[in-house]
Amino acid sequence: MFKAKINVQFKEGVLDPQGAAIKGALNHLGFEAEDVRVGKMIEVKLKAASLEDARTKVRTMCEKLLANPVLEDYSFEVAEESL
Amino acid sequence: MGRLEEAKKLGLTEEEYNLIVRTLGREPNDVELGMYSVMWSEHCSYKNSRPLLKKFPTKAPHVLQGPGENAGIVDIGDDLAVVLKIESHNHPSAVEPYQGAATGVGGIIRDIFAMGARPIALLDSLRFGELDDPRVKYLFGGVVSGIADYGNCMGIPTVGGEAYFNDVYKDNPLVNAMCVGIIRRDEIIRGKAQGVGNSVMLVGAATGRDGIHGASFASEELSEESESRRPSVQVGDPFMEKLLLEACLELLKEKWVVGIQDLGAAGLTSACAETAARAGSGIELDVALVPRRETEMTPYEVMLSESQERMLIIVEKGHEEDVKRIFEKWDLFAVKIGEVTGDGMLRVLENGKTVAEIPAKSLAEGAPVIKRKGRKPAYLERQDLDCSKIRMPENLGDVLLKLLGSPNIASKAWIYQQYDHTVRTDTVVRPGSDAAVLRVKGTKKGIALTTDCNGLYCYLDPYEGGKQAVAEAARNLAVTGAKPLAITDCLNFGSPEDPEVYYQFEKCIDGIAEAARFLEIPVVSGNVSFYNESSERKIFPTPVIGMVGLLEDVSKHCTLAFKKPGDLVVLLGVNTEELGASEYLRVIFGIEGGRPPRVDLDREKRLLILCLKAIRQGLLNSAHDVSEGGLAVAIAESCIAGNLGFKGKIRSDIRPDALLFGECQSRIVASLSEDKLPALMEVAREAGVEVTVLGRVVLEHFLIEVKDSRGGSKRIELSLGEMAEAWSKSLERKVEG
Amino acid sequence: MKSAIIVFPGSNCDGDCFHVLSEVLGQPAEYVFHKEKFSAGDFDLIVLPGGFSYGDYLRAGAIARFSPAMESVLKAAERGKLILGICNGFQILLEAGLLPGAMMKNRDLKFHCHDVYLKVGTADSPFTNLYLPGEVVKMPVAHGQGNYYADEDTIERLKSENRIAFYYSDEKGRVTEKANPNGSAANIAGILNEGRNVLGMMPHPERCAEEILGNADGKKLFKSILEYLEGRSKIGKIGRS
Repeated sequence: MFKAKINVQFKEGVLDPQGAAIKGALNHLGFEAEDVRVGKMIEVKLKAASLEDARTKVRTMCEKLLANPVLEDYSFEVAEESL
Repeated sequence: MGRLEEAKKLGLTEEEYNLIVRTLGREPNDVELGMYSVMWSEHCSYKNSRPLLKKFPTKAPHVLQGPGENAGIVDIGDDLAVVLKIESHNHPSAVEPYQGAATGVGGIIRDIFAMGARPIALLDSLRFGELDDPRVKYLFGGVVSGIADYGNCMGIPTVGGEAYFNDVYKDNPLVNAMCVGIIRRDEIIRGKAQGVGNSVMLVGAATGRDGIHGASFASEELSEESESRRPSVQVGDPFMEKLLLEACLELLKEKWVVGIQDLGAAGLTSACAETAARAGSGIELDVALVPRRETEMTPYEVMLSESQERMLIIVEKGHEEDVKRIFEKWDLFAVKIGEVTGDGMLRVLENGKTVAEIPAKSLAEGAPVIKRKGRKPAYLERQDLDCSKIRMPENLGDVLLKLLGSPNIASKAWIYQQYDHTVRTDTVVRPGSDAAVLRVKGTKKGIALTTDCNGLYCYLDPYEGGKQAVAEAARNLAVTGAKPLAITDCLNFGSPEDPEVYYQFEKCIDGIAEAARFLEIPVVSGNVSFYNESSERKIFPTPVIGMVGLLEDVSKHCTLAFKKPGDLVVLLGVNTEELGASEYLRVIFGIEGGRPPRVDLDREKRLLILCLKAIRQGLLNSAHDVSEGGLAVAIAESCIAGNLGFKGKIRSDIRPDALLFGECQSRIVASLSEDKLPALMEVAREAGVEVTVLGRVVLEHFLIEVKDSRGGSKRIELSLGEMAEAWSKSLERKVEG
Repeated sequence: MKSAIIVFPGSNCDGDCFHVLSEVLGQPAEYVFHKEKFSAGDFDLIVLPGGFSYGDYLRAGAIARFSPAMESVLKAAERGKLILGICNGFQILLEAGLLPGAMMKNRDLKFHCHDVYLKVGTADSPFTNLYLPGEVVKMPVAHGQGNYYADEDTIERLKSENRIAFYYSDEKGRVTEKANPNGSAANIAGILNEGRNVLGMMPHPERCAEEILGNADGKKLFKSILEYLEGRSKIGKIGRS
């Protein structure tokens, strides 16, 4: 069994209104945040023949469904999980 | 530790525990004790309120279902009926506003479709502390988005409600959600587990550990600990509920469906006990068959879980596969977990082994009634306010602007624009009017909906306050042209163990019952919420009245907005000098006191008759109830809504501030074309209601002159723009500022 | 004019679209469940209604585009059939790639339900031929994710190809920042595909097609489709249908 941690974020240059709101709140609390970007963290447990196979599957998931290439980038980590 | 100690820890009294032992003929085991403790909590058993609720008039020829079911039902002709129910979700919203409010909406929607009805509208009656407090802001924002996200996703328009702000609600906000549905008369279904051998099936979401003891949680005061007991709060999934709604409505068209029940407070325990008790039957179920979201759940946890978006369905034996087929279409499961028995017992098995066995009637209806005695609160003895000592402000225009900007009066657009109120394409009169009006597709008819209550009135005079809530709701319907049909009530109070609170409760109920009886509007469903208090403060007694009315011809509805320059503006009803409990005293002088305005029910009834008749005959171009802020605010609101002005002169010997801002009852501000005045006067004479011409609708200017018989005069002169600005932006500034 | 209304799990304006097409326009309409494939030849118009397909989980419209019915919609679009996506339907069309761009949460992160004014960007389409170019109409919006995004090249292309069907505007037709309810690029409220047979729009024409609701501006959109299909429209035939 493999576990993938996938991070989906707005591309550089796309306005992120949630990030802007959080930045405002942080600054209001005195944290002086320079920039805040909000993303989604998606955890997927999957079966695959090998680590490489798992990575390929996760990449396809991202491209097909999990991220919208028009405005989002994705990154991920895959690790083997012992049952 | 003895069993009795265990029982007390779960909130049962010694008397209750002894009764349980007598009923079972033995000591209850853990599972049974848990089941009793939730079912006999105030939230589920109404043990503190049951005898008083009997005072409500509940019968009328058009009532198809009164209190006691998932929701009440009234006939509207054309083989159609309207289903209505209001419910509180105060405690969950106080600790987790977003989920608390969302699951409140989810629960009330399930109550409506459990009767077989298609939900067509939601209303939300909200009360919070003053918005200057950051925590109040957080609660308010969370509640509004929770309601919005759930209702919007369901595709049920949120068409009305109220929002009041007062520090008494600071720790304990009130979140009351009302849902209205429509159904063909012959398709009504009830929550009964009838027919020995019939199958009991569970459908919808899988069961987890969420919300265990939620019903007990709602039956105690809020404290610091409540925060840390957050696990009691459930998470809502509106998408799941939407699928459940569609699947259930598809299922309920089938003749072999015997009964259906929502799983709300006390989950599976309550749903089984209530359906069995209503039918005088029993249910035997095996918890091992219940689909779960978490592993290693005990029978106790499965029986008490309050996981959302689940329904219990009873079908004729042999139709289990048919049920599954319908639910599979919507990607939902449906599992047979047991069957109806004839022995009246709710028997819970785990893999065939009995783990609990209780008479269903004892669980559902057997909680001993707690007889309490009220005591008139001391504050009611010393409340007389000498208004002659209150100095009238020089500039009444400033007063009007301040009142228009008070969050209790100002536009609630910031709230309702986050709610989808136009989906289903039935919304004829949108939120922001006295009552919402929906058309009923396939007929000429329409229904009007409102919720009303002035908590301060109820605090200062519980009996009059109760009466007034009913009268005001009826008036709000009448100004749209709708005849009031039925009430659903949500009674929000502090702890009934406090004799002063119990007094408030008793008197409010007397007032509601009296007005409902006199105005002939039956109470068909409702909910009681006690323990709305913290160690710091108790809420005002707040019996919210939800009301539904009928328009025979929806095209003849009326709104509050002035329509045409040159129209006459008239007052239906009379002005009296009543300043007590007004928003004017509160906002301008910081006084929450005095005697609230009295409702003369006979006068009210005549006013309603006049208003309905005048609208039906097409005499009026606008009609608006005079409520918080009084006459001046009512006229100003009609101006703002119509983007038109007003110019008028009022002759009266009442002191000008009381005349303009006092909240005396049974008054409507209407406008009409001048040539219709004789006809209106004729109808008014028949009804026995006074009509006074106040002035005319003009383009942009707002001018009221008040003259007394001694030659004294006062005036308010403002521009429409500054009034609109004060009224429309105030709430948004408070929340976002 | 025979219409198919696709019902996704979580669609909630399917009934409203059905009502307008069948009761207000008096034309035959059918629901098509998302699990069914259908033959494009059976229908003249395919409507993707508003709602919250799959609860808007992940991204609005992201999951619905994989349903079997959408395969048929893609084929129908290619054959030049008329496809109208309203609100969530528009979001699905974007996710499916039938229209360019993507939808984000509204600029102020709030759901918006109110009337908006729209300037008609083009009357040269099967959906808008009864409007006048530049005409101002009023329609309700009801969405939390209507903030249209596309890169500048795409926006320029949409403009130059006259494919922006509606702009958010003020009462006088001025396309201003203030009149933009959700932060959409270039105040875009609705766009056409290259073949002009696919329209996606956030406002709800089906909610303003009857006088009893206080506004019938949306009825013209449905009547435009009828005009076009019955060959009466001034724009003639488009595409390869």
